Amino acid sequence: MILSRNFVRDYLPLDDDLSISDIALDMVKVGNEYDSCGPLIHATNLVVGQVLEVKMHPDSDHLHLCRVDVGTEVLDIVCGAPNVREGLKVIVALVDAKLPGGVIKSGKIRGCVSNGMLCSIQELGLDHKFLKKEDIEGIAELGDDAVIGSDAIKYLGLDDEVIDFELTANRGDELSILGLAYELGAIYNKKVGPIDLSYTVEKNCHDKLKVEVETKKCSLYLAKRVNHLKIGPSPKFIRNRLIACGIRPINNVVDISNYVMLETGQPLHFYDATHLGDTIVVRDAREGEELVTLDGVARTLDSDDIVIASSKEAIGLAGVMGGATTEVMEDTTSIIIESAIFDAVSVRKTSKKVLRSEASNRFEKGLDPKRTYMAMDRACHLLEKYASALVSDLCFTYDKTCVQDKVIEITASDINLVLGTKISEDEIQNIFSRLGFNTSTLDGKMMVSVPSRRLDISIKEDLIEEVGRIYGINNIKGKLPLLGIRSGSYDKTTRFIRNKLVDLGLNEVLTQIFLPEEMVHEYTLDDFETVRLMDPLSVEKNALRYSLIPSLMKVYQYNRARNLSDICIFEMAKGFYKKENTYSEEYKLCIVMSGEYYFSLGSKKMVDFYILKGVIEELLHALGYENRYRFVTGEYPLEFHPYQSAYIEVAGKRIGILGKLHPQKVKDDVYVAEISLDKLFVNKVGKNKYSELNKYPSIKKDFAVILDKDIPADSIISVIKKAGGKKLTGVSVFDVYSGKNIDEDKKSIAFSLTFEDYSKTLTDEEVNVLFEKVIAAVLEQYQAVLRDHD
Amino acid sequence: MRQVEDVRSKMLYDYETVIRLDELNELKVKYLGKKGLITELNSQIKNLDKEEKKAFGQAVNELRGLFLEKYEKLKKRLEEDKIREQLEGEKIDVTLPATKIRRGSKHPMSLAIEEIEDLFVSMGYDVVSGPELESDEYCFERLNLPKGHPARDMQDSFYITPDYLLRTQTSSVQARYMMERQGKTPIRIIVPGKTYRREDDATHAPQFSQIEGLVVDKKENHVSLADLKGTLEVFARHMLGSNLDLRFRPSYFPFTEPSYEVDVTCFKCHGKGCNLCKDTGWIEVFAAGMVHPNVLRMNGYDPEVWGGFAFGPGWDRITMFRYGIPDIRLMYQNDIRFLQEFDRKDGE
Repeated sequence: MILSRNFVRDYLPLDDDLSISDIALDMVKVGNEYDSCGPLIHATNLVVGQVLEVKMHPDSDHLHLCRVDVGTEVLDIVCGAPNVREGLKVIVALVDAKLPGGVIKSGKIRGCVSNGMLCSIQELGLDHKFLKKEDIEGIAELGDDAVIGSDAIKYLGLDDEVIDFELTANRGDELSILGLAYELGAIYNKKVGPIDLSYTVEKNCHDKLKVEVETKKCSLYLAKRVNHLKIGPSPKFIRNRLIACGIRPINNVVDISNYVMLETGQPLHFYDATHLGDTIVVRDAREGEELVTLDGVARTLDSDDIVIASSKEAIGLAGVMGGATTEVMEDTTSIIIESAIFDAVSVRKTSKKVLRSEASNRFEKGLDPKRTYMAMDRACHLLEKYASALVSDLCFTYDKTCVQDKVIEITASDINLVLGTKISEDEIQNIFSRLGFNTSTLDGKMMVSVPSRRLDISIKEDLIEEVGRIYGINNIKGKLPLLGIRSGSYDKTTRFIRNKLVDLGLNEVLTQIFLPEEMVHEYTLDDFETVRLMDPLSVEKNALRYSLIPSLMKVYQYNRARNLSDICIFEMAKGFYKKENTYSEEYKLCIVMSGEYYFSLGSKKMVDFYILKGVIEELLHALGYENRYRFVTGEYPLEFHPYQSAYIEVAGKRIGILGKLHPQKVKDDVYVAEISLDKLFVNKVGKNKYSELNKYPSIKKDFAVILDKDIPADSIISVIKKAGGKKLTGVSVFDVYSGKNIDEDKKSIAFSLTFEDYSKTLTDEEVNVLFEKVIAAVLEQYQAVLRDHD
Repeated sequence: MRQVEDVRSKMLYDYETVIRLDELNELKVKYLGKKGLITELNSQIKNLDKEEKKAFGQAVNELRGLFLEKYEKLKKRLEEDKIREQLEGEKIDVTLPATKIRRGSKHPMSLAIEEIEDLFVSMGYDVVSGPELESDEYCFERLNLPKGHPARDMQDSFYITPDYLLRTQTSSVQARYMMERQGKTPIRIIVPGKTYRREDDATHAPQFSQIEGLVVDKKENHVSLADLKGTLEVFARHMLGSNLDLRFRPSYFPFTEPSYEVDVTCFKCHGKGCNLCKDTGWIEVFAAGMVHPNVLRMNGYDPEVWGGFAFGPGWDRITMFRYGIPDIRLMYQNDIRFLQEFDRKDGE
């Protein structure tokens, strides 16, 4: 909503020394944001001049040399406009005038002196939509009443100032000059003046107009006939105020409907009565019903839409757009004025499909029935005055609203408890009176009567907000709540994982959850349905990810494209899926590693499967899952290397995958892991407690065997553990070799064993017995050959 | 006695010539060894008569004492020389580049939220979370936003079905948490999380993040607007600068009444006006307000008894402001070089 200072002045006297930016800032303080504020016309140094003499420029076929009287002096000005002529009153931009196109300087144009410029309306900086052909093609022709030397902007009536407000959705009342006047009145403690609703009626006109309201989506409908209209241009003040408020003037009748809407907030619709006939039906649209709207578009309606219909067919979409057949034209002589309230939700739905207009916006925000009546009378008043209309004495009225000022009970302590203030009852009453709310006292309580224009106020808390606004929120001093002392809690696990992975050299990333539908099932064999968006922004973002890997691979590619090759990243976030008609989300950890990885002091290595596995193991150990997980082989998604990947199992359940990516998926050696944290955390971890250190020394023994290449290390380890018994407390692999001196289908694998007893010092004999038992078990189980032992 | 004098002068001469540890050891053998010069003098004692024996013995002992004294002194000096020499040989160029020990880095969004969580946990708040795929009921209806409410336009949403959507605000967790508590206990929570709106332009991304704060307590415990103000002052000053001022502008959100948008002194120009604050001197950081009685009622808290406040800054915005990140896209591009900038402790 744009506030025009000239317009609002009709209803509220604002001090002249209050600048427009002061007003804007004061409005911000009470909750009315604005987008821009300033003069309507930014151009300066424009005066009325009269052309005394016009000669053709000696060196041009279209430039004129003019002598122009500007009151204080006569200026030589070169002008190219075709309509410049002697005696014409014009707008002169003096030297140093600032126009949207630049600053006017004195100089020579093709050798002739020019000390200023004669302006067209376009050159003043009005938006293109307000310009007529003659405003663009030639200089402005001022009337004879323009006083030479006076301010040209003022003569044009464009000496206005405007604030373009961005109002909150609840303040529909401020979508009107009157509403803004009340708000300003509350701020500056001034009373809003009356609005002239007077007109004379044509008695006994025996109007045959018949209106039937057949829908529940219309609570108030007024219709009145106005005859003998003379269509012409609007008076200057109406045109200029429409322009200031951003609406294009058309003719006096159409302009009055817009003018009254701006003034009262109530949208009106004028139907050409001749084309309408005598019957108006307000009803729900029929499914599939067709209507050609004002903009010439044929539209198919549905039952959410409300239509206005003649006895024959739909003639308009209520609250949104009229139909082409009953539009007010140059030859219109009589109209039906419609002033009505349509259901906000319905208008909102229809306008979303068709057009968001000034009118639909107001219906959507809600309307005050009093204004519906007021707007009808105001339109009649203006039509009589500026379009010589004769107004019928009959007014069709359908009214299901019950307009009563709401009375809300409140006490000063209610207010002070919520605001945390000590505002006195007198001061509160004063604030209500500035807002135009009447108060009375009953049993020590204030009874506040809220005018119907304030649709946003219905409960006590709304009144508290009003008091806070006008009292000045920034006058309230901040303090901290007096709450019981307690310790708060947070998700320590997420933070722990983040710290651990950062310590391990990984960088945390943050990615978007959107993916193109066809990528959602990549990197997984899991069975689920894709979660799709009903109304996506693009096909690139039409579904939600299940695996985080595609998102992290995007990050990988982004960095590779910038010649960065050491990329070790992770993210903890959610994946989404649908299963058995239920939508679910799962908290996951994803790791992508590639390039050089720096580990321990100073060493670095190209990332391989075992480094990634080491990161995962270190994390699982740190989270308390030591000895509770396994890496198992299986069938992998196509994006993974079939022989360098594994699933991670905890307590026999698969919780994640790790592995190298398939070379057909990505050229570089990229290793990826994804763990479902939700699945992992199902397994509870106990408290971390001290366990006794062994007082007695341990004994280490090593051996190496040659056996079949395909035998996995972890199965050999479990054979060793079983044979070694309780005293075998550690088994590790320290060498795996195949190549020279080893058959092609064999490998040599070397183990280091640790034996301990917590109750005594082990003897070499005891250990040797166990050691031999272990070796024998391995040799027997795998038909292995002992290579070396110590 | 002349013999003792001879050995003594010889010894003093010999000591002058020793420059290495092994020479010193040879010297010790030469004088104190089995056949050493001083040992030999000692063996002569028994051949002397009683008178001479005492004087001679004393002289030899003194000589031995002198030898050992000199020996210890010289040994210590030579050992020090040797170590010095050895260390000199180990001289390195300390200005050569160090061996890299590379740590990873937390995303700046995580750095910011950890700091915020710590602040609020210290004030007795719990940090909680909720689903990102949310029902219309919890995202809107239970927050006083019935279907068809015009304010739903402020939050154009990504629907999955007519009843399910990606949450547009972390406020959805307000309703969930209140329903869980069944109107029985006071509430003090913050809810950091991802949120989604159907917009994508220079200043809006379809995915962003919010931090919701909610305090509900018995009305008599003074959870008033002034307390909200104080809380946001602590929050803003902790995260963005201790000398900032706050400006409350009345606004409208369906879930709070009264509602406010809260600005903070522009930290770039300190309120003078610049391109960041569009010459207003203020930067919008929070949306906040007193919990709407309908929201309390709909989620099991009697608004006659309970009251409270809620607030929500943009998590992305507060991170960007905190670290001076000029463009939100930088945070979602994840350039490794950008991420590595955040591998350090913040100044206090």
